[in-house]
Amino acid sequence: MGETFDGLMLGFSVALQPEILMYAFIGCILGTLVGMMPGLGPLAGISLLLPATFGLNPIIAMVLLAGVYYGAMYGGSTTSILMRIPGEAASVMTCVDGYAMTQNGRAGPALAIAAIGSFFAGTVGVVGLMLLAPTLAAWALRMGAPEFTALVMMGLFVLAYMSGGSMLKTLSMASLGLLLGMIGIDQMSGFTRFTYGFFELGDGISIVPVAVGLFGVSEILLTAGQEEPPKVQKPKLRELIPSPEEFRLSVGPIARGSLLGFLLGVIPGSAHIISSFISYGMERRLSKHPERFGKGAIEGVAGPEAANNAAASGAFVPMLALGIPTSPITAVMIAAIMVHGIEPGPLLIVDHPELFWGFVASMYVGNVVLLILNLPMVGLFVNLLRIPYVYLYPCILAFCILGCYSVNNSMMDVWIMLIMGVVGYGLRKFNFELAPVALGLVLAPILEISLGQSLAMSAGDYAIFYERPISASLFVVGIILFGFAIKPYIFKDKKDWRAKVGLEGDHS
Amino acid sequence: MTQDAAQVTQKRRLRSDQFSGLMLVAFAIFVGWANRVYPFGSFQAPGPGFMPLALAIFIGAMGLLIAAGGARSLPLTEMRWPEAKRAAMIVLATVVTVVALEGIGYRLAITVLLIFLLGVIERKPLRMVAILSISFPLLSYYIVADWLLVPLPLSPWGF
Repeated sequence: MGETFDGLMLGFSVALQPEILMYAFIGCILGTLVGMMPGLGPLAGISLLLPATFGLNPIIAMVLLAGVYYGAMYGGSTTSILMRIPGEAASVMTCVDGYAMTQNGRAGPALAIAAIGSFFAGTVGVVGLMLLAPTLAAWALRMGAPEFTALVMMGLFVLAYMSGGSMLKTLSMASLGLLLGMIGIDQMSGFTRFTYGFFELGDGISIVPVAVGLFGVSEILLTAGQEEPPKVQKPKLRELIPSPEEFRLSVGPIARGSLLGFLLGVIPGSAHIISSFISYGMERRLSKHPERFGKGAIEGVAGPEAANNAAASGAFVPMLALGIPTSPITAVMIAAIMVHGIEPGPLLIVDHPELFWGFVASMYVGNVVLLILNLPMVGLFVNLLRIPYVYLYPCILAFCILGCYSVNNSMMDVWIMLIMGVVGYGLRKFNFELAPVALGLVLAPILEISLGQSLAMSAGDYAIFYERPISASLFVVGIILFGFAIKPYIFKDKKDWRAKVGLEGDHS
Repeated sequence: MTQDAAQVTQKRRLRSDQFSGLMLVAFAIFVGWANRVYPFGSFQAPGPGFMPLALAIFIGAMGLLIAAGGARSLPLTEMRWPEAKRAAMIVLATVVTVVALEGIGYRLAITVLLIFLLGVIERKPLRMVAILSISFPLLSYYIVADWLLVPLPLSPWGF
């Protein structure tokens, strides 16, 4: 505990430097703007900003990108509450009761509770990260290739169980992502695969053009042509204060959402999206008046907002402690660190304590910045929503081209972005989730190398995966969850959690 | 056409999930075919073709299951594509821009793209088209290339 405290003090000595504070501030503002714009979620926003961090030192780069991440989560909730437009996927559940509260004239309290819930959950998440990451990193030093194989496999099983839509479609998209990750030189054999003579593909496909194409360009293709800007309410500062009853009703959902979100965030998958769905379902189930949900229940705003922000913090635990991205967003952030020659993983805390603890402390700072900055400025931010989309999307598209080109100065990346945009557009029309594609892409090299190394260690004996306790446990957990996932397909009368929270009617 | 015949026709119409499932199967077959040049190795010592083939088989199986369970999804012919024409124009304009990017430089290529999107596709007022299509490339070039020192393509005329 003493070491943690010392580390945190070191972190604050880094994070409170004026320059870093300024970048945290800029990150939060940019993130809020990104989160409010349909077509630019946190992933596309972070990917586009990645080249801008190359000239910065790694701590500042991380602080800036983390600020964008938090800000985007907050910005997404603002558009959800005021306009029923989820700026990013995690805010979908906030739309339901948040917008209903706006229609009931309670937009201000909904925004305030979303901000307070996000702040509390973000802080809980950072405390969890602070306590859990060093322990996990120390434990991870004992993990070998079989454990990493099991961990990635468990992540894919969890993804199947927790997916918001059809499990079959989610699994096929994760496999598509894994397959994309196979393009380039196979690190075990040196064979070049699926490059078709394009030498730029030898190093594989980068996450940035895939993310920008799938999430940015596909959104532009789907929504281009929206002529009129939607009507926006502009709440005044004095209207933001929730009533004592609204405060009382929000305490439980915020606490439960924070805990649930953090625990889900640690596990690979699109946790920040899934956690908000589960939190909403849980609050509706626990409520004495579930009929209020959908008509402006503040618990339906407090719980999901807390959950998605806690999950955002939780996702940093395996990223920093194990060097494993649990989401496409953390994969881009790993790329941001690796550009500076720093390898995330168990040795990060030992070798670069100022980076780890500076990042942790900056997350506290970022949460405070968001709370004190965004609520008073909500009126200013909503002005952005009055700009017609027909003026915004050409600029966003130009930004996408600029962002993808500048990562590696490669035209190939721009082509990949465009192809992924068209593919993403088609997949979304057919109700396929896109996040598993990006996740599969970043997990593919880890899975293939660790599987190859495991089999080399055991002379081709698959028993290595169940003879070692950690990998066996991870596989068992994964298989149990997968069993739960396929239960509704086998027993037609059984409903899984998706049906219970009203996410999906059938299991096609 | 009798009511029974209409119902049979309705039942026989390809559904969206059936179509997307079959597309996945076709994609899996293509990957399996393209993967034939890479050594498979063995289950004990996987070669470079092992994992792609395993994934292709898995995607094919998922595609079949999606298609098999897709009878209740929306008929393919009833899917609405109101944005498709505009989306195709945007893609075409972006393709031309990407082709031209290294030839005529970032600023000129993006200016032409914005003029096309705002002026031709969206038919916005000339003044707004001029302001945005000139100011955006110049400002973004200044921030990224001059301020952040990320090199961007220049035209043969040096701008």
